[in-house]
Amino acid sequence: MLEVINLEVYYGGIAAVKGISFAVEKGEMVALIGANGAGKTSTLKALARMLPSAGSIRFCGEEIAAVPSHRLIGQGLGMVPEGRGVFARLSVAENLAMGAYSRRGDAQIDGDLARVYEMLPRLKERNKQLAGTLSGGEQQMLALGRALLGRPSFLLLDEPSMGLAPLMVQKVFETIQAVAASGVTILLVEQNAKLALETASRGYVMEGGRITLADSAANLLADPRVRQAYLGE
Amino acid sequence: MNTHAKPWQGIVLIALVLAALPFAVGLGMGNAWVRVLDFALLYIMLALGLNIVVGFAGLLDLGYIAFYAIGAYLYALLASPHFGLHWPTWAILPLGALVSGLFGILLGAPTLRLRGDYLAIVTLGFGEIVRIFLNNLNSPVNITNGPQGIARIDPISIAGVPLSKPLEFLGLALPGVYLYYYLFVLLALVIIFISLRLEDSRIGRAWVAIREDEVAAKTCGINVRNVKLLAFAMGASFGGVAGGLFAGFQEFVSPESFSLMESVMVLCMVVLGGMGHIPGVILGGLLLAVLPEVLRHGAAPVQKLLFGKVLIDPESLRMLLFGLTLILVMLYRPAGLWPSATRKRELSA
Repeated sequence: MLEVINLEVYYGGIAAVKGISFAVEKGEMVALIGANGAGKTSTLKALARMLPSAGSIRFCGEEIAAVPSHRLIGQGLGMVPEGRGVFARLSVAENLAMGAYSRRGDAQIDGDLARVYEMLPRLKERNKQLAGTLSGGEQQMLALGRALLGRPSFLLLDEPSMGLAPLMVQKVFETIQAVAASGVTILLVEQNAKLALETASRGYVMEGGRITLADSAANLLADPRVRQAYLGE
Repeated sequence: MNTHAKPWQGIVLIALVLAALPFAVGLGMGNAWVRVLDFALLYIMLALGLNIVVGFAGLLDLGYIAFYAIGAYLYALLASPHFGLHWPTWAILPLGALVSGLFGILLGAPTLRLRGDYLAIVTLGFGEIVRIFLNNLNSPVNITNGPQGIARIDPISIAGVPLSKPLEFLGLALPGVYLYYYLFVLLALVIIFISLRLEDSRIGRAWVAIREDEVAAKTCGINVRNVKLLAFAMGASFGGVAGGLFAGFQEFVSPESFSLMESVMVLCMVVLGGMGHIPGVILGGLLLAVLPEVLRHGAAPVQKLLFGKVLIDPESLRMLLFGLTLILVMLYRPAGLWPSATRKRELSA
């Protein structure tokens, strides 16, 4: 579904991603793990066309390297940005409505909204509250719910556990699993390697802008190199 | 609420007040104050234009008066003896909106990646560049007549009747300032209507989204670049129309009317009234246009009354009191005098 060949990302003269290739099949959840500065978020931003990059990015068989970022959601490629990517001074309901911005006149928006509320009941309880006043975990849920209202077939998730309390992380990941179970393909970028590999079916390990390991999540979890470098053993 | 049940009652009431206002002001305080009202209406149009850029889209613009200047000079050049051109008002005003809008895009395009203070500095520079150009474009070819400005501009006329001359109406001679008042009220209402419709449109929601978070806006499918440029262009076009009206009303323009202070003033109207909230911005424009005049004319008599003589020159006292008022309002009403419900909630939380 997503095929990346020789992707390179530069900030000025400095290479953040040095020619990586990987693929995500339909229905999979794939984790991209690695330390701070390994190039994970740069990779994700390049896939979302928010950073200029070299190399080929094929989504559903089509080259998207030249597609502007705002067109991607219309093609089914959604993204939940890093940190608190919500519209802080808009209400929860307004945030969710913005998620369906690209689907002007789509009669199914209301049904999708009901499903998101069903999946994330906290959002329904607080739908009139300003997004900026929600807790970190609730904001992450809101960002996820908003992305779902764009009806993505593929979701890029950037560090969903960042800055959240452990209990909240658990809830966010349960929601991510529910989203995956509903048929959305997911590429998950995460520093929390254990959690990411326990949730995903396959994983890639990034180091210094390159993919150094690629395997099933179970094998990566058992791999001594991964255990030593990322699981603190 | 009653006014909600019968909206036409409210509309009739507002119409009556707006129609009677110049008479009340003119008969009570003299026609000079009707002129102040005329200017207040121009400032309201400017504040609503800047509100699109600053209030809705969250792009801090410190050079907004440049668009007012462009509209004013366009009118002056196309309807004065300077070039011997005398285009009709109704051809120039839309052209002014268009040309100012294009200049808005010209300012917006190179600043797309800038936000906050960086954007403020660039826009400030833009405002000054326009003013300096107007000041110096009198040689080698005299286009703007430099610092002397352009005089004897054609007054605005409707159906061949110039608004500068008193109009006999029901045995009553309506002075020019009254006629301009009614025209400006009508155009201000048009601009208010456009603003309200924009706020409640897809574009309006996109502006708010990019104000809040550009990355998130992109993930929602908003074309951030185009939406920003549109904010600059729309805001600028309001300024261009107001500028054309200003030139026809004054029948004279010179670069000094378009100083940085004017940009700051319009920004104050937006911020003080309530950023992003149309009724607040209108209130801010009205108050900040009228208040300096009240202080100018009121300072001397009040001092005489209190101390028996004028202790401080009213002109210097005026800016002092004005500054004090701004500080007090920002201290006690940080979201503006009449903020939107959301802003109020946010700042009181």
